[in-house]
Amino acid sequence: MSRAGGPETGRPGTAAGNGIPAGGPAGASGGSAGGNSDPAGGVPGLAARVRERFGVHGRGQHERDQHERDQHGGDGHGQAGGPRGGNGPRGGRGGRGGEQLVVPRARPDSYYGKPILKAPVWRSPEVPGYLFLGGLAGASSVLAGFAQAAGNHKQAKASKIAAAGAIGLSGVALVADLGRPERFLNMLRVLKPSSPMSVGSWLISAFGGAAAAAAACAVTGRLPKAGAAATAGAAVVGPAICTYTAALICDTAVPAWHDAHREMPYLFAGSAASAAGGLGMMAVPVEDAGQAIRFAVLGAATELTAKSLLLRRLGEIAEPYQSGLPGQLMEAAEVLTAAGLAGAVLASRSRTAIVLSGAALVASSALTRFGIFEAGLASARDPKYTVRPQRERLAAKERAKERKRVP
Amino acid sequence: MTAQTSSQSNSPQRKPPVAAHSASLHDPAAYAGYEDHPPRMGFFTDTSVCIGCKACEVACKEWNYVPEDGLNLLGMSYDNTGGLGASTWRHVAFIEQIKRPGDAVPGRPEGSGDSVLTESVLGEFSADGSRWLMSSNVCKHCTESACLDVCPTGALMRTEFGTVVVQSDICNGCGYCIPACPFGVIDRREEDGRAWKCTLCYDRIGDGLEPACAKACPTQSIQFGPVDELRERAQLRVAELHEAGEPGARLYLEDPDDGIGGGGAFFLLLDEPEVYGLPPDPVVTTRDLPRMWRHVAAAAGALLIGGLAASLRRDLRP
Repeated sequence: MSRAGGPETGRPGTAAGNGIPAGGPAGASGGSAGGNSDPAGGVPGLAARVRERFGVHGRGQHERDQHERDQHGGDGHGQAGGPRGGNGPRGGRGGRGGEQLVVPRARPDSYYGKPILKAPVWRSPEVPGYLFLGGLAGASSVLAGFAQAAGNHKQAKASKIAAAGAIGLSGVALVADLGRPERFLNMLRVLKPSSPMSVGSWLISAFGGAAAAAAACAVTGRLPKAGAAATAGAAVVGPAICTYTAALICDTAVPAWHDAHREMPYLFAGSAASAAGGLGMMAVPVEDAGQAIRFAVLGAATELTAKSLLLRRLGEIAEPYQSGLPGQLMEAAEVLTAAGLAGAVLASRSRTAIVLSGAALVASSALTRFGIFEAGLASARDPKYTVRPQRERLAAKERAKERKRVP
Repeated sequence: MTAQTSSQSNSPQRKPPVAAHSASLHDPAAYAGYEDHPPRMGFFTDTSVCIGCKACEVACKEWNYVPEDGLNLLGMSYDNTGGLGASTWRHVAFIEQIKRPGDAVPGRPEGSGDSVLTESVLGEFSADGSRWLMSSNVCKHCTESACLDVCPTGALMRTEFGTVVVQSDICNGCGYCIPACPFGVIDRREEDGRAWKCTLCYDRIGDGLEPACAKACPTQSIQFGPVDELRERAQLRVAELHEAGEPGARLYLEDPDDGIGGGGAFFLLLDEPEVYGLPPDPVVTTRDLPRMWRHVAAAAGALLIGGLAASLRRDLRP
C-alpha cells in the first residue's frame, strides 16, 4: 500500500513539491519528482539540514514508515511520518472542492507517524483466547441443550463438560488480564448497557453458573431436574455469550474492529458453532455425531460467508486482516475451516475423518479469533487507518453540502 | 443551554437519564444525574500563542504527582515526551514546518506583518522559510465520552463540572477505555495496573482554583473557564486571527454537533488536526452501539435457530 498520493490528494502520481517532503531518504527521493533540492526562503541547505538534524519527518524513529518507504522507494509524496509543512492554509484539501493550489499536497497521517489511537493493552493469548473459549462454551451449551432435547445423551454430556471447562478457563483468562485482578468483582458493581464488557460480565456470571451446574449434574448423575433446568438456562444464555464479544471489540475506536461491527456478530456466531460442533463431533461415537456435525457445518459456512462479506465491505480497512501476522492467521484459519467443512460434509461416516475435521474446525475458530485480535491491534497502531476514513467521511460531507448548494 | 437554565427547568426530582437525553449534548452533568450543578468547566487551548515552554506538562506532573514516564531523546523536534499517556496528562507537540519553492504562501503578502507577534507567533513562515507550530494537548472531556460509556466498573464518572474522571479506587485495570478513546488519551500505567488521565484538576476546581496547567501557562494559551464562555471567546479569537491574515486558524472540537458532542476541552489549531496528532473527524464509538446490539441479538437468535436446525432430523447420522 502506498501511503502517497492516494485518496486524500486525489492526485496520485504527483509529487509533493510543497511542504516538507517525505521523510528521510524520501527527502531526497521526493526530489526526483518534486524538485525539492532547494529549500525556500533563500537559505539554501538550511531546510535540508534541519530535516536531517532533527528528523523532522520522524525518520529513524518509525521503522514502519521507513519500511514502507523502502518498499515503495522513491514515491516521494511527502507522506512520511513527519508533520507536513509549508502548507497553504487551505492546502490540506488538495485537489478537492475546486480550490486552487499551486502544487498538490500530500497529507501526512499523523504527528511524526505516531499512532493517533492507543492500541488495546489486552494481552494475547488471554483475550483472543477468551474470544475463542467464550464462543466455544456458549455454542457448546446450545448443542448440549438440543442434544438433550433430542435424547442424544452422549452428545449432551460431552458438550456440557466442554462448555463448563471453556467458560471456566475464560474466567481465569479474563481475570488474569486485568491490571488489578484482585478487583475483578468490581465488574459486578454496576450494569451498564453502554458497556459490552459490563453486560458480558453479568452474562458470564449467569452462564458460568448454569453451565457448571449442568455439567456437574451430567457427570454425577444427581439432581436430573435441576440439571435439565441448568442445561436449558445455559442453552438460552449461550448464544449471547458467543455474540456479545463482537460488540465488546467493535465498541472501540479501533478501525478494523469498529468498522466491522455489522458482520462481526455473525462471524463470531458462526465461528463459535463451528468450534462447538467440531469439538462435539470428536467427543462422541460416529453414530451419535450427526447433530454436532450439522451444527459445525452450519457454523463453518456462516463463518466463511460473514468473513468474506466483512472483508469486502471494509475496503482499505480490511488490509490489516490480509497482511502481516493477522493475515497469516486469518488465511490459515480459512484453509482449516474449508478443510474441516469439506471433511465433515463428505467423509462423515469415517471416525478418522470426523476427528480430523473436528480438530480442524476447532483450530480454525481459534486462529480466526487470534487473527481478528491481531488485525485490530495493527489497525490501531497505524494512523492511516484512523485518519484516512475520517478524511473520506469529511470529504463526503463536504460533497453533500456542495450538492445541496448547487441543485 | 447553560447549566443554569437547564437546572432551573428541571423538576425537583432527580430526572432519569433517559428524560434528560435531549439535553445531553449541552449539559452532560445534568445528563449524569446532577440536579443542581455548577456550570460546565473546560479548557480552550489556543495554540497560536503557545510558546512550547512545557510549563503545563511540568505543572500537571507536580500538582497531580504523576510519575516519570521515560527520559528519552525522541528526535521529534523539541518534543521528548511523545504523547499523552497514563503518566502524561498534558503534552506539548512541536511541529517544525519548512516552506519549499512553489508552495502556496499562506496569509498576508510578505512584509505586511505589523508586529512581532503576528510575524513569528501566529504560525507565519519566517524569513528562512520555516514555521514552528506548538500545541498543548490534553484529555478532551468529551460531551459524549466513549471511555466513560464503556467502563464496566463505573470507575470513570462524570463530575458535577461535566468533566470525566477516573476513580482510582474502583478501576480494576480492564483496559476497555483505552481503545475506546478516539484520541488515544487514556492509558494504563503498567506498574500500577490502572487507567489514568487528566482530571481537569478536579481537586483544584472544586476549591475554585484553576487547573495546574492553565495556572502555569505564561501566555494564556491554556484558558480555563465555563465552556459556554470559552466557546464565545474561541469564536472571537478565530475571527481575529482570520482578519490578521492567518486563514489557517480553525477551531477543533468546539462544535457541539460534532462526533463527540463537542469537547469540554477544545482547541484553536493553525493546521489540520492530524498534523498535531489529532483525528480529523472523531466519532464516539458508542453512537453505533445500539446497532451493534441489534446485530448481536440477531446473530444470537440465528445461532439458536442453527442449533435447532441441526437437531431436526431424528436420524442422528449426518
